[in-house]
Amino acid sequence: MLCQECQKRPATVHLTKIINNEKQVWHLCEQCAREKEEFNFDYPPFSLQSLLSGLLNMETQTEAQPVDYPTTKIQCDNCSLTYTQFRQIGRFGCSNCYTAFSDYLFPLLRRLHGSARHVGKIPKRADSTVQLRRNLENLRRKLQQLVEREEFEKAAQVRDEIRRLEKEVQNGGEDYEAKN
Amino acid sequence: MRQRIKAGVVSKWLENTGPDSEVVLSSRIRLARNLRNIPFPYLASDSQTAEVAKQVRGLLQEKPDVFADIHYYAVSELTPLERQALLERHLISPALLKEDHNSAVLLREDESLSIMINEEDHLRFQCLLPGLQLESAWKMADHYDNLFEEALDYAFDEQLGYLTVCPTNVGTGLRASVMVHLPALNLTKRLNRVLSAIAQVGLAVRGMYGEGSEITGNLVQISNQITLGQSDEDIIKNLFGVTKQIVEQELQARQILLNESRDQIADRVNRSFGILKHAHLMSSQEGMQLLSDVRLGIDLGLIEDKKGLALKELLVLQRPANLQLLTGKTLDVFERDRERAKLMRQYLA
Repeated sequence: MLCQECQKRPATVHLTKIINNEKQVWHLCEQCAREKEEFNFDYPPFSLQSLLSGLLNMETQTEAQPVDYPTTKIQCDNCSLTYTQFRQIGRFGCSNCYTAFSDYLFPLLRRLHGSARHVGKIPKRADSTVQLRRNLENLRRKLQQLVEREEFEKAAQVRDEIRRLEKEVQNGGEDYEAKN
Repeated sequence: MRQRIKAGVVSKWLENTGPDSEVVLSSRIRLARNLRNIPFPYLASDSQTAEVAKQVRGLLQEKPDVFADIHYYAVSELTPLERQALLERHLISPALLKEDHNSAVLLREDESLSIMINEEDHLRFQCLLPGLQLESAWKMADHYDNLFEEALDYAFDEQLGYLTVCPTNVGTGLRASVMVHLPALNLTKRLNRVLSAIAQVGLAVRGMYGEGSEITGNLVQISNQITLGQSDEDIIKNLFGVTKQIVEQELQARQILLNESRDQIADRVNRSFGILKHAHLMSSQEGMQLLSDVRLGIDLGLIEDKKGLALKELLVLQRPANLQLLTGKTLDVFERDRERAKLMRQYLA
Protein backbone atom coordinates (compact mmCIF):
# COMPACT_ATOMS: atom_id res chain seq x y z
CA MET A 1 0.00 0.00 0.00
CA LEU A 2 1.25 3.46 -0.90
CA CYS A 3 1.20 6.43 1.43
CA GLN A 4 -2.09 8.25 0.93
CA GLU A 5 -0.40 11.61 1.33
CA CYS A 6 2.57 11.51 -1.07
CA GLN A 7 1.53 8.45 -3.10
CA LYS A 8 5.22 7.63 -3.51
CA ARG A 9 6.59 5.73 -0.56
CA PRO A 10 5.04 2.61 0.99
CA ALA A 11 2.67 3.28 3.88
CA THR A 12 4.22 2.00 7.08
CA VAL A 13 2.29 4.06 9.63
CA HIS A 14 -1.32 3.04 10.12
CA LEU A 15 -3.35 5.06 12.51
CA THR A 16 -6.98 4.73 13.53
CA LYS A 17 -8.51 7.70 15.27
CA ILE A 18 -11.85 7.51 17.01
CA ILE A 19 -13.32 10.79 18.09
CA ASN A 20 -16.97 10.89 19.21
CA ASN A 21 -17.47 7.49 17.61
CA GLU A 22 -16.25 8.75 14.25
CA LYS A 23 -13.53 6.54 12.88
CA GLN A 24 -10.71 7.87 10.71
CA VAL A 25 -8.01 5.65 9.28
CA TRP A 26 -4.65 6.90 8.01
CA HIS A 27 -2.05 5.05 5.97
CA LEU A 28 1.12 7.09 5.68
CA CYS A 29 4.82 6.69 5.09
CA GLU A 30 7.07 7.56 8.00
CA GLN A 31 8.15 10.84 6.46
CA CYS A 32 4.65 12.17 5.82
CA ALA A 33 3.52 10.97 9.24
CA ARG A 34 6.32 12.95 10.82
CA GLU A 35 5.36 16.07 8.91
CA LYS A 36 1.78 15.86 10.00
CA GLU A 37 1.51 17.93 13.14
CA GLU A 38 -1.22 15.81 14.69
CA PHE A 39 0.97 12.73 14.62
CA ASN A 40 3.62 14.38 16.71
CA PHE A 41 1.68 13.88 19.89
CA ASP A 42 2.71 11.93 22.92
CA TYR A 43 2.28 8.53 21.29
CA PRO A 44 4.78 8.05 18.47
CA PRO A 45 3.54 6.35 15.27
CA PHE A 46 4.74 2.90 16.27
CA SER A 47 3.19 3.13 19.65
CA LEU A 48 2.93 0.72 22.47
CA GLN A 49 -0.83 1.04 22.15
CA SER A 50 -0.87 -0.27 18.62
CA LEU A 51 1.33 -3.19 19.62
CA LEU A 52 -0.98 -3.87 22.52
CA SER A 53 -4.11 -3.93 20.44
CA GLY A 54 -2.19 -6.35 18.20
CA LEU A 55 -1.67 -8.60 21.19
CA LEU A 56 -5.29 -8.24 22.17
CA ASN A 57 -6.46 -9.20 18.72
CA MET A 58 -4.30 -12.28 18.60
CA GLU A 59 -7.20 -14.46 19.68
CA THR A 60 -9.07 -13.68 16.50
CA GLN A 61 -5.99 -14.00 14.35
CA THR A 62 -5.24 -17.63 15.07
CA GLU A 63 -7.84 -19.37 12.99
CA ALA A 64 -7.43 -22.87 14.31
CA GLN A 65 -8.12 -21.80 17.88
CA PRO A 66 -11.65 -21.19 19.09
CA VAL A 67 -12.17 -17.45 19.27
CA ASP A 68 -11.99 -16.13 22.79
CA TYR A 69 -14.04 -13.04 22.19
CA PRO A 70 -17.28 -11.96 23.81
CA THR A 71 -20.30 -12.22 21.54
CA THR A 72 -22.41 -9.87 23.61
CA LYS A 73 -21.43 -6.27 24.23
CA ILE A 74 -19.26 -5.96 27.29
CA GLN A 75 -19.15 -2.53 28.81
CA CYS A 76 -17.73 -1.00 31.96
CA ASP A 77 -20.68 0.28 33.99
CA ASN A 78 -18.55 3.00 35.57
CA CYS A 79 -16.93 4.75 32.57
CA SER A 80 -18.91 3.17 29.68
CA LEU A 81 -15.81 1.97 27.82
CA THR A 82 -16.64 -1.18 25.87
CA TYR A 83 -14.35 -4.17 25.58
CA THR A 84 -14.25 -3.58 21.80
CA GLN A 85 -12.97 -0.03 22.38
CA PHE A 86 -10.41 -1.34 24.84
CA ARG A 87 -9.16 -3.76 22.20
CA GLN A 88 -8.77 -0.91 19.75
CA ILE A 89 -6.99 1.60 21.97
CA GLY A 90 -5.21 -0.73 24.36
CA ARG A 91 -6.05 1.43 27.35
CA PHE A 92 -8.51 1.00 30.19
CA GLY A 93 -11.03 3.74 30.93
CA CYS A 94 -11.09 3.49 34.72
CA SER A 95 -10.12 1.10 37.50
CA ASN A 96 -13.51 -0.60 37.26
CA CYS A 97 -12.77 -1.73 33.67
CA TYR A 98 -10.45 -4.36 35.15
CA THR A 99 -13.48 -5.93 36.85
CA ALA A 100 -15.77 -5.46 33.87
CA PHE A 101 -13.34 -7.12 31.42
CA SER A 102 -11.85 -9.58 33.91
CA ASP A 103 -12.96 -12.67 31.97
CA TYR A 104 -10.81 -11.67 29.01
CA LEU A 105 -7.77 -10.09 30.63
CA PHE A 106 -5.93 -13.14 31.85
CA PRO A 107 -4.42 -14.18 28.46
CA LEU A 108 -3.34 -10.61 27.70
CA LEU A 109 -1.62 -10.13 31.03
CA ARG A 110 0.06 -13.51 30.71
CA ARG A 111 1.40 -12.49 27.33
CA LEU A 112 2.62 -9.13 28.56
CA HIS A 113 4.04 -10.05 31.93
CA GLY A 114 4.27 -13.84 31.99
CA SER A 115 2.06 -13.70 35.06
CA ALA A 116 -1.31 -12.40 36.11
CA ARG A 117 -0.72 -12.21 39.84
CA HIS A 118 0.57 -9.19 41.74
CA VAL A 119 3.26 -9.98 44.29
CA GLY A 120 4.59 -6.47 44.94
CA LYS A 121 3.73 -3.65 47.26
CA ILE A 122 0.33 -3.53 48.96
CA PRO A 123 -1.14 -0.25 50.15
CA LYS A 124 -1.24 -0.09 53.93
CA ARG A 125 -4.85 0.92 53.78
CA ALA A 126 -5.86 -2.12 51.76
CA ASP A 127 -7.95 -4.66 53.58
CA SER A 128 -5.73 -6.24 56.18
CA THR A 129 -6.75 -9.71 55.02
CA VAL A 130 -4.86 -9.05 51.77
CA GLN A 131 -1.69 -8.68 53.81
CA LEU A 132 -2.61 -11.78 55.81
CA ARG A 133 -3.17 -13.91 52.75
CA ARG A 134 0.10 -12.67 51.27
CA ASN A 135 1.93 -13.63 54.46
CA LEU A 136 0.29 -17.03 54.32
CA GLU A 137 1.49 -17.60 50.76
CA ASN A 138 5.03 -16.66 51.74
CA LEU A 139 4.94 -18.99 54.73
CA ARG A 140 3.65 -21.90 52.65
CA ARG A 141 6.52 -21.40 50.23
CA LYS A 142 8.94 -21.26 53.13
CA LEU A 143 7.47 -24.43 54.59
CA GLN A 144 7.99 -26.25 51.32
CA GLN A 145 11.62 -25.13 51.15
CA LEU A 146 12.26 -26.20 54.74
CA VAL A 147 10.73 -29.62 54.11
CA GLU A 148 12.89 -30.03 51.00
CA ARG A 149 15.96 -29.17 53.05
CA GLU A 150 14.73 -31.59 55.75
CA GLU A 151 14.76 -28.90 58.43
CA PHE A 152 11.73 -30.38 60.13
CA GLU A 153 11.94 -28.56 63.42
CA LYS A 154 11.79 -25.18 61.75
CA ALA A 155 9.15 -26.52 59.37
CA ALA A 156 6.93 -27.45 62.31
CA GLN A 157 7.14 -23.91 63.66
CA VAL A 158 6.20 -22.48 60.28
CA ARG A 159 3.32 -24.98 60.03
CA ASP A 160 1.93 -23.80 63.38
CA GLU A 161 2.22 -20.19 62.27
CA ILE A 162 0.32 -21.05 59.08
CA ARG A 163 -2.48 -22.68 61.08
CA ARG A 164 -2.73 -19.61 63.29
CA LEU A 165 -2.94 -17.27 60.30
CA GLU A 166 -5.48 -19.45 58.54
CA LYS A 167 -7.73 -19.14 61.54
CA GLU A 168 -7.34 -15.36 61.41
CA VAL A 169 -8.23 -15.21 57.76
CA GLN A 170 -11.45 -17.03 58.63
CA ASN A 171 -12.12 -14.41 61.30
CA GLY A 172 -11.84 -11.74 58.65
CA GLY A 173 -8.43 -10.51 59.67
CA GLU A 174 -9.71 -8.64 62.72
CA ASP A 175 -7.25 -10.21 65.13
CA TYR A 176 -4.38 -9.42 62.84
CA GLU A 177 -5.38 -5.82 62.49
CA ALA A 178 -5.72 -5.46 66.25
CA LYS A 179 -2.27 -6.90 66.84
CA ASN A 180 -0.42 -4.96 64.15
CA MET B 1 11.96 26.26 39.47
CA ARG B 2 11.84 29.25 37.13
CA GLN B 3 14.78 30.93 38.86
CA ARG B 4 16.74 27.70 38.82
CA ILE B 5 16.30 27.20 35.08
CA LYS B 6 17.16 30.83 34.34
CA ALA B 7 20.28 30.62 36.48
CA GLY B 8 21.35 27.35 34.85
CA VAL B 9 21.04 25.39 38.09
CA VAL B 10 20.46 21.79 37.12
CA SER B 11 18.48 18.95 38.66
CA LYS B 12 19.92 16.71 41.33
CA TRP B 13 20.39 13.85 38.84
CA LEU B 14 22.78 15.96 36.77
CA GLU B 15 25.24 16.36 39.62
CA ASN B 16 28.51 14.62 38.99
CA THR B 17 28.15 12.27 41.96
CA GLY B 18 26.79 8.89 42.99
CA PRO B 19 28.06 5.30 42.89
CA ASP B 20 29.44 4.07 39.53
CA SER B 21 29.01 7.58 38.15
CA GLU B 22 31.77 7.05 35.57
CA VAL B 23 29.26 4.94 33.64
CA VAL B 24 25.85 5.40 35.26
CA LEU B 25 24.53 8.93 34.83
CA SER B 26 21.28 8.54 36.67
CA SER B 27 18.78 6.18 38.27
CA ARG B 28 15.06 6.66 38.05
CA ILE B 29 12.04 5.12 39.75
CA ARG B 30 8.54 5.77 38.48
CA LEU B 31 5.33 4.67 40.17
CA ALA B 32 1.95 4.85 38.43
CA ARG B 33 -1.11 5.24 40.67
CA ASN B 34 -4.77 5.93 40.06
CA LEU B 35 -7.81 6.83 42.08
CA ARG B 36 -10.59 4.31 42.36
CA ASN B 37 -13.48 4.62 39.90
CA ILE B 38 -12.60 8.10 38.61
CA PRO B 39 -12.16 7.69 34.82
CA PHE B 40 -8.54 7.93 33.71
CA PRO B 41 -7.43 11.41 32.53
CA TYR B 42 -7.82 10.82 28.77
CA LEU B 43 -11.44 9.77 29.28
CA ALA B 44 -12.41 11.85 32.30
CA SER B 45 -14.52 14.98 32.20
CA ASP B 46 -13.03 18.33 33.07
CA SER B 47 -14.67 18.27 36.48
CA GLN B 48 -13.35 14.77 37.19
CA THR B 49 -9.70 15.64 36.47
CA ALA B 50 -10.21 18.87 38.41
CA GLU B 51 -11.35 16.72 41.32
CA VAL B 52 -8.12 14.68 41.18
CA ALA B 53 -6.04 17.88 41.17
CA LYS B 54 -8.15 19.26 44.02
CA GLN B 55 -7.60 16.17 46.15
CA VAL B 56 -3.84 16.43 45.65
CA ARG B 57 -3.77 20.14 46.50
CA GLY B 58 -5.87 19.39 49.57
CA LEU B 59 -3.35 16.80 50.69
CA LEU B 60 -0.46 19.27 50.29
CA GLN B 61 -2.32 21.95 52.25
CA GLU B 62 -3.27 19.50 54.96
CA LYS B 63 0.36 18.65 55.73
CA PRO B 64 2.38 21.78 54.98
CA ASP B 65 5.33 20.59 57.09
CA VAL B 66 5.68 17.25 55.33
CA PHE B 67 5.47 18.83 51.87
CA ALA B 68 7.36 22.03 52.71
CA ASP B 69 9.91 21.60 49.91
CA ILE B 70 7.36 20.53 47.29
CA HIS B 71 5.96 23.06 44.84
CA TYR B 72 2.80 22.65 42.81
CA TYR B 73 2.73 23.89 39.22
CA ALA B 74 -0.45 23.68 37.17
CA VAL B 75 0.61 22.83 33.62
CA SER B 76 -1.71 25.56 32.28
CA GLU B 77 0.40 28.13 34.15
CA LEU B 78 3.62 27.00 32.51
CA THR B 79 4.70 28.51 29.19
CA PRO B 80 5.34 26.07 26.32
CA LEU B 81 9.06 26.80 26.69
CA GLU B 82 9.00 26.02 30.41
CA ARG B 83 7.20 22.74 29.76
CA GLN B 84 9.80 21.85 27.14
CA ALA B 85 12.58 22.74 29.59
CA LEU B 86 11.07 20.45 32.24
CA LEU B 87 10.87 17.67 29.66
CA GLU B 88 14.54 18.17 28.80
CA ARG B 89 15.27 17.92 32.51
CA HIS B 90 13.30 14.63 32.56
CA LEU B 91 10.88 16.07 35.13
CA ILE B 92 7.74 15.73 33.02
CA SER B 93 6.79 13.41 30.17
CA PRO B 94 6.01 14.34 26.56
CA ALA B 95 2.32 13.74 27.37
CA LEU B 96 2.24 16.93 29.44
CA LEU B 97 3.62 19.09 26.63
CA LYS B 98 0.38 19.30 24.72
CA GLU B 99 -2.40 17.63 26.59
CA ASP B 100 -3.78 19.33 29.61
CA HIS B 101 -6.43 17.54 31.63
CA ASN B 102 -6.10 19.83 34.63
CA SER B 103 -2.59 18.45 34.72
CA ALA B 104 0.03 19.54 37.17
CA VAL B 105 3.52 18.72 38.27
CA LEU B 106 4.80 18.72 41.83
CA LEU B 107 8.51 19.36 42.12
CA ARG B 108 10.83 19.02 45.03
CA GLU B 109 13.21 21.95 45.25
CA ASP B 110 16.29 19.96 44.21
CA GLU B 111 14.28 18.37 41.37
CA SER B 112 15.01 14.86 42.63
CA LEU B 113 11.27 14.22 42.89
CA SER B 114 8.49 15.09 40.49
CA ILE B 115 4.89 13.98 40.77
CA MET B 116 2.79 14.34 37.66
CA ILE B 117 -0.94 14.77 38.15
CA ASN B 118 -3.37 13.81 35.37
CA GLU B 119 -0.74 12.56 32.98
CA GLU B 120 -1.49 9.16 31.43
CA ASP B 121 -2.36 7.96 34.93
CA HIS B 122 -3.86 10.11 37.67
CA LEU B 123 -0.57 10.12 39.57
CA ARG B 124 2.97 9.39 38.55
CA PHE B 125 5.73 9.60 41.13
CA GLN B 126 9.22 9.92 39.80
CA CYS B 127 12.51 9.99 41.67
CA LEU B 128 15.73 10.74 39.84
CA LEU B 129 19.15 10.48 41.44
CA PRO B 130 22.69 10.71 40.07
CA GLY B 131 24.74 7.52 39.66
CA LEU B 132 23.55 3.98 40.42
CA GLN B 133 21.13 4.62 43.27
CA LEU B 134 18.03 2.63 42.40
CA GLU B 135 17.50 1.57 45.99
CA SER B 136 17.57 5.14 47.35
CA ALA B 137 15.33 6.36 44.55
CA TRP B 138 12.89 3.55 45.31
CA LYS B 139 12.84 4.43 49.01
CA MET B 140 12.08 8.05 48.19
CA ALA B 141 9.27 7.18 45.75
CA ASP B 142 7.86 4.64 48.20
CA HIS B 143 7.87 7.24 50.97
CA TYR B 144 5.85 9.78 48.99
CA ASP B 145 3.57 7.05 47.67
CA ASN B 146 2.75 6.09 51.27
CA LEU B 147 2.06 9.71 52.22
CA PHE B 148 -0.37 10.07 49.32
CA GLU B 149 -1.99 6.75 50.01
CA GLU B 150 -2.97 7.87 53.51
CA ALA B 151 -5.26 10.51 52.04
CA LEU B 152 -6.27 9.20 48.60
CA ASP B 153 -8.34 6.18 47.64
CA TYR B 154 -5.99 4.26 45.34
CA ALA B 155 -7.25 1.80 42.76
CA PHE B 156 -5.76 -1.46 44.00
CA ASP B 157 -6.78 -5.02 43.35
CA GLU B 158 -5.58 -7.96 45.40
CA GLN B 159 -4.97 -10.11 42.34
CA LEU B 160 -3.71 -7.47 39.89
CA GLY B 161 -2.10 -4.88 42.17
CA TYR B 162 -2.16 -1.20 41.28
CA LEU B 163 -4.54 -0.62 38.38
CA THR B 164 -3.22 1.55 35.57
CA VAL B 165 -4.40 3.02 32.26
CA CYS B 166 -2.09 0.81 30.25
CA PRO B 167 -2.02 -2.95 30.91
CA THR B 168 1.79 -2.83 30.58
CA ASN B 169 2.02 -0.97 33.91
CA VAL B 170 -0.46 -2.89 36.01
CA GLY B 171 0.77 -4.60 39.17
CA THR B 172 3.57 -2.68 40.78
CA GLY B 173 3.12 0.33 38.47
CA LEU B 174 6.89 0.48 38.75
CA ARG B 175 9.29 1.44 36.03
CA ALA B 176 12.90 1.43 37.21
CA SER B 177 15.51 2.73 34.82
CA VAL B 178 19.14 3.73 34.58
CA MET B 179 20.86 5.96 32.06
CA VAL B 180 24.31 4.69 31.15
CA HIS B 181 27.15 6.19 29.13
CA LEU B 182 28.71 3.48 26.94
CA PRO B 183 31.24 5.10 24.60
CA ALA B 184 33.86 2.37 24.79
CA LEU B 185 31.39 -0.44 24.09
CA ASN B 186 30.27 1.55 21.08
CA LEU B 187 33.81 2.26 19.83
CA THR B 188 34.82 -1.37 20.24
CA LYS B 189 31.67 -2.45 18.32
CA ARG B 190 30.26 -4.40 21.22
CA LEU B 191 27.32 -2.16 22.03
CA ASN B 192 24.76 -3.98 19.87
CA ARG B 193 25.71 -7.30 21.33
CA VAL B 194 25.33 -5.99 24.86
CA LEU B 195 22.03 -4.29 24.04
CA SER B 196 20.50 -7.38 22.50
CA ALA B 197 21.58 -9.40 25.53
CA ILE B 198 19.80 -6.86 27.73
CA ALA B 199 16.64 -7.22 25.66
CA GLN B 200 16.82 -10.98 26.10
CA VAL B 201 16.59 -10.73 29.88
CA GLY B 202 13.32 -8.82 29.58
CA LEU B 203 14.67 -5.28 29.92
CA ALA B 204 13.97 -2.45 27.49
CA VAL B 205 16.63 -0.29 25.86
CA ARG B 206 15.94 3.27 24.71
CA GLY B 207 17.66 6.56 23.91
CA MET B 208 18.07 9.41 26.39
CA TYR B 209 14.60 10.83 25.83
CA GLY B 210 12.67 7.61 26.23
CA GLU B 211 10.32 5.78 23.90
CA GLY B 212 11.11 6.41 20.27
CA SER B 213 14.21 8.52 20.88
CA GLU B 214 17.46 7.59 19.19
CA ILE B 215 20.64 6.63 20.94
CA THR B 216 22.86 9.70 20.74
CA GLY B 217 25.93 10.65 22.69
CA ASN B 218 26.38 6.98 23.60
CA LEU B 219 23.64 7.37 26.20
CA VAL B 220 21.32 4.44 26.73
CA GLN B 221 18.34 4.05 29.02
CA ILE B 222 17.62 0.60 30.38
CA SER B 223 14.39 -0.23 32.17
CA ASN B 224 12.19 -3.10 33.30
CA GLN B 225 9.24 -4.13 31.14
CA ILE B 226 7.42 -6.47 33.45
CA THR B 227 5.34 -5.02 36.26
CA LEU B 228 3.18 -7.98 37.22
CA GLY B 229 4.32 -11.15 38.96
CA GLN B 230 7.54 -9.65 40.30
CA SER B 231 7.93 -7.71 43.52
CA ASP B 232 9.18 -4.14 43.47
CA GLU B 233 12.36 -5.22 45.20
CA ASP B 234 13.03 -8.01 42.68
CA ILE B 235 12.50 -5.67 39.72
CA ILE B 236 15.01 -3.23 41.20
CA LYS B 237 17.49 -5.96 42.13
CA ASN B 238 17.37 -7.38 38.59
CA LEU B 239 18.03 -4.03 36.99
CA PHE B 240 20.77 -3.30 39.52
CA GLY B 241 22.46 -6.62 38.74
CA VAL B 242 22.31 -6.12 34.99
CA THR B 243 23.54 -2.54 35.31
CA LYS B 244 26.53 -3.69 37.38
CA GLN B 245 27.40 -6.12 34.59
CA ILE B 246 27.15 -3.39 31.97
CA VAL B 247 29.37 -1.11 34.05
CA GLU B 248 31.96 -3.86 34.19
CA GLN B 249 31.74 -4.51 30.44
CA GLU B 250 32.11 -0.82 29.66
CA LEU B 251 35.10 -0.43 31.99
CA GLN B 252 36.74 -3.46 30.39
CA ALA B 253 36.20 -2.00 26.94
CA ARG B 254 37.74 1.28 28.10
CA GLN B 255 40.79 -0.59 29.33
CA ILE B 256 41.08 -2.35 25.97
CA LEU B 257 40.90 1.00 24.19
CA LEU B 258 43.67 2.35 26.41
CA ASN B 259 45.89 -0.69 25.95
CA GLU B 260 45.41 -1.22 22.24
CA SER B 261 44.66 2.15 20.69
CA ARG B 262 45.78 4.76 23.13
CA ASP B 263 47.00 7.23 20.48
CA GLN B 264 43.88 6.97 18.34
CA ILE B 265 41.59 7.44 21.30
CA ALA B 266 43.67 10.29 22.73
CA ASP B 267 43.53 11.96 19.33
CA ARG B 268 39.78 11.54 19.04
CA VAL B 269 38.82 12.85 22.47
CA ASN B 270 41.20 15.79 22.29
CA ARG B 271 39.95 16.77 18.83
CA SER B 272 36.43 16.76 20.24
CA PHE B 273 37.67 18.81 23.20
CA GLY B 274 39.17 21.30 20.76
CA ILE B 275 35.93 21.65 18.81
CA LEU B 276 33.90 22.13 21.99
CA LYS B 277 36.32 24.81 23.19
CA HIS B 278 36.52 26.74 19.94
CA ALA B 279 33.51 26.14 17.68
CA HIS B 280 31.11 29.01 16.98
CA LEU B 281 28.12 27.02 15.73
CA MET B 282 26.92 23.72 17.14
CA SER B 283 23.80 21.55 16.85
CA SER B 284 22.58 19.79 19.97
CA GLN B 285 23.23 16.44 18.30
CA GLU B 286 26.88 17.35 17.71
CA GLY B 287 27.06 18.75 21.23
CA MET B 288 25.92 15.42 22.67
CA GLN B 289 28.52 13.47 20.71
CA LEU B 290 31.39 15.83 21.58
CA LEU B 291 30.44 15.88 25.26
CA SER B 292 30.44 12.08 25.21
CA ASP B 293 33.97 12.04 23.74
CA VAL B 294 35.32 14.59 26.21
CA ARG B 295 33.73 12.82 29.13
CA LEU B 296 35.40 9.58 27.99
CA GLY B 297 38.71 11.45 27.66
CA ILE B 298 38.45 12.73 31.22
CA ASP B 299 37.43 9.31 32.57
CA LEU B 300 40.43 7.73 30.82
CA GLY B 301 42.82 10.43 32.04
CA LEU B 302 43.55 11.52 28.47
CA ILE B 303 42.15 14.99 29.03
CA GLU B 304 43.34 16.86 32.05
CA ASP B 305 40.39 17.99 34.12
CA LYS B 306 41.70 20.69 36.41
CA LYS B 307 38.37 22.20 37.30
CA GLY B 308 36.20 19.11 37.80
CA LEU B 309 34.21 19.88 34.66
CA ALA B 310 30.52 19.31 35.13
CA LEU B 311 29.94 18.03 31.61
CA LYS B 312 26.84 16.20 32.67
CA GLU B 313 24.87 19.37 33.24
CA LEU B 314 25.79 20.62 29.77
CA LEU B 315 23.81 17.69 28.35
CA VAL B 316 20.64 19.40 29.51
CA LEU B 317 21.66 23.07 29.47
CA GLN B 318 22.50 22.84 25.76
CA ARG B 319 19.02 21.57 24.85
CA PRO B 320 16.81 24.08 23.00
CA ALA B 321 14.39 25.14 25.75
CA ASN B 322 16.90 25.23 28.59
CA LEU B 323 19.28 27.18 26.37
CA GLN B 324 16.62 29.78 25.58
CA LEU B 325 15.55 30.20 29.20
CA LEU B 326 19.19 30.40 30.26
CA THR B 327 20.01 33.14 27.74
CA GLY B 328 16.63 34.82 28.32
CA LYS B 329 15.99 35.09 24.59
CA THR B 330 13.73 33.40 22.05
CA LEU B 331 16.11 31.82 19.56
CA ASP B 332 15.63 30.24 16.16
CA VAL B 333 17.60 27.17 15.16
CA PHE B 334 20.59 29.11 13.84
CA GLU B 335 20.74 31.40 16.88
CA ARG B 336 20.52 28.39 19.15
CA ASP B 337 23.49 26.78 17.43
CA ARG B 338 25.44 30.00 18.01
CA GLU B 339 24.40 30.35 21.67
CA ARG B 340 25.08 26.67 22.28
CA ALA B 341 28.62 26.97 20.96
CA LYS B 342 29.08 30.05 23.13
CA LEU B 343 27.83 28.18 26.19
CA MET B 344 30.34 25.39 25.56
CA ARG B 345 33.22 27.82 25.04
CA GLN B 346 32.46 29.70 28.24
CA TYR B 347 32.11 26.49 30.21
CA LEU B 348 35.40 25.04 29.03
CA ALA B 349 37.39 28.30 28.91
